Amino acid sequence: MTEPLDPALGRARALTRRGLGISAVALLAFAAACGLALGFTPVEARQGLAQKIFYLHVPAAWCALLAFSLVGIASALYLWLHDRRLDLFAEASAEVGVMFSVVMLTTGPIWAKPIWGTWWTWDARLTLTLFLFFLFVGYLALRAAVHDPDERARFSAVLGIMGLVLVPFIHLSVYLFRTLHPQPVVLKPSAPSLPWEMLRTLLVSVAAFTLLYVGLVTARYGLALAQRARESGDAA
Amino acid sequence: MAEALRLALVIAAKDLRAELRSRTALVSATVFAALVLVIFYFSRDPTAVSAIVLAPSVLWVTFAFAAIVALNRAFTVEREHGAIDGLLLAPVPRGALFLGKYLANLAFVGAVQAVTLPLFVIFFNVDLGPALPGIVGTAALASVGFVAVGTVFSAMAVRTRFAELMLPVLLLPFMVWPVRWAVEITARLLDGRPLSEMLGWLRLLALYDVVFLTLCIMVFGAVVDE
Repeated sequence: MTEPLDPALGRARALTRRGLGISAVALLAFAAACGLALGFTPVEARQGLAQKIFYLHVPAAWCALLAFSLVGIASALYLWLHDRRLDLFAEASAEVGVMFSVVMLTTGPIWAKPIWGTWWTWDARLTLTLFLFFLFVGYLALRAAVHDPDERARFSAVLGIMGLVLVPFIHLSVYLFRTLHPQPVVLKPSAPSLPWEMLRTLLVSVAAFTLLYVGLVTARYGLALAQRARESGDAA
Repeated sequence: MAEALRLALVIAAKDLRAELRSRTALVSATVFAALVLVIFYFSRDPTAVSAIVLAPSVLWVTFAFAAIVALNRAFTVEREHGAIDGLLLAPVPRGALFLGKYLANLAFVGAVQAVTLPLFVIFFNVDLGPALPGIVGTAALASVGFVAVGTVFSAMAVRTRFAELMLPVLLLPFMVWPVRWAVEITARLLDGRPLSEMLGWLRLLALYDVVFLTLCIMVFGAVVDE
């Protein structure tokens, strides 16, 4: 005997499937980026093969920042518009963002140890990303600890906005220190100083990661919608 | 505006009066701060590290922990007897309600700091000398910002499971920065450095205060309104 499927639940499931499909394509694109990085990109003169982690570390950092900014923006919009979908999106983005910040925080020290001679240093970007991770985890912990969905949405939106406002302060504070971290090589006022082959590989990898972010957030958002549909179905 | 301020002062006075009648939280928070100082004293090797080197960090870590303990109290009392519902039903704008709770918290945190500072001088045998007014001013400037954030977060944390654990997890990432800047300023004050060397940190503290106090007044309604 089959349950009659709620149309909202059906749509949510379709969205999750589409998200997983996009993620699969993104993983293939990332595999291609790896092939490009290992086979068709010159080895960096001073760092040798260790520099290859660049093509994993930088895109992960980019996606973590993207995820975090979107959580903050969705939070601000939620307090303004009170649309539950914004809250569900912020939740999805935060969860996927935690994953990317873990990738960033593990690849970073692995790269830093052979090149800088230390696993960790308290420079501007490391400190900032560590705190992004703390804020993400605090955000998810808060969500898990509030039972009422409406209250959860309001509380996490407040935290999301406060976190977004905190980021410039962290940036200002740590910028007063000297840094070991490389200066920007792509996004800077003059032309990128990265050689073209490396830039190409980086761009492919960033595109793959961004697609992975979109895919995973879509899938997670679909799950959240399905959960909501199931809860409201149970209530009815 | 004047009316909102008056209401805020009424709420703050109510909080402080309730606190002064029982004194439980104030005494516990102060004893807690004294214990943190003792732990710090015993966890250093006096022959290797002199007290004055550690002084700014010890002072500020103690202030930070004591403030968290103090802030946990703010809404627990309101929650226990459903008092918050009465407060929310009263015709008080949410901004004024926030200011009232905030001012009471600020007074409470200030009181704990006022007791901790002499204890710190005695336990660590640090001569504050001419740095004293500067340190008091820095403590006030730093507290204005993080107590605002703490007031909003403690209103949220009290409605979660594991409230006592949730507040530090949420608040510390926000508190680390003013505390850091205050440590930098305190170290320079104790060293007798000129004001120009502290100006950058002082500006950051002031900016943090203005931005977060404004933001907290704006978002507090979203925390308490059903």
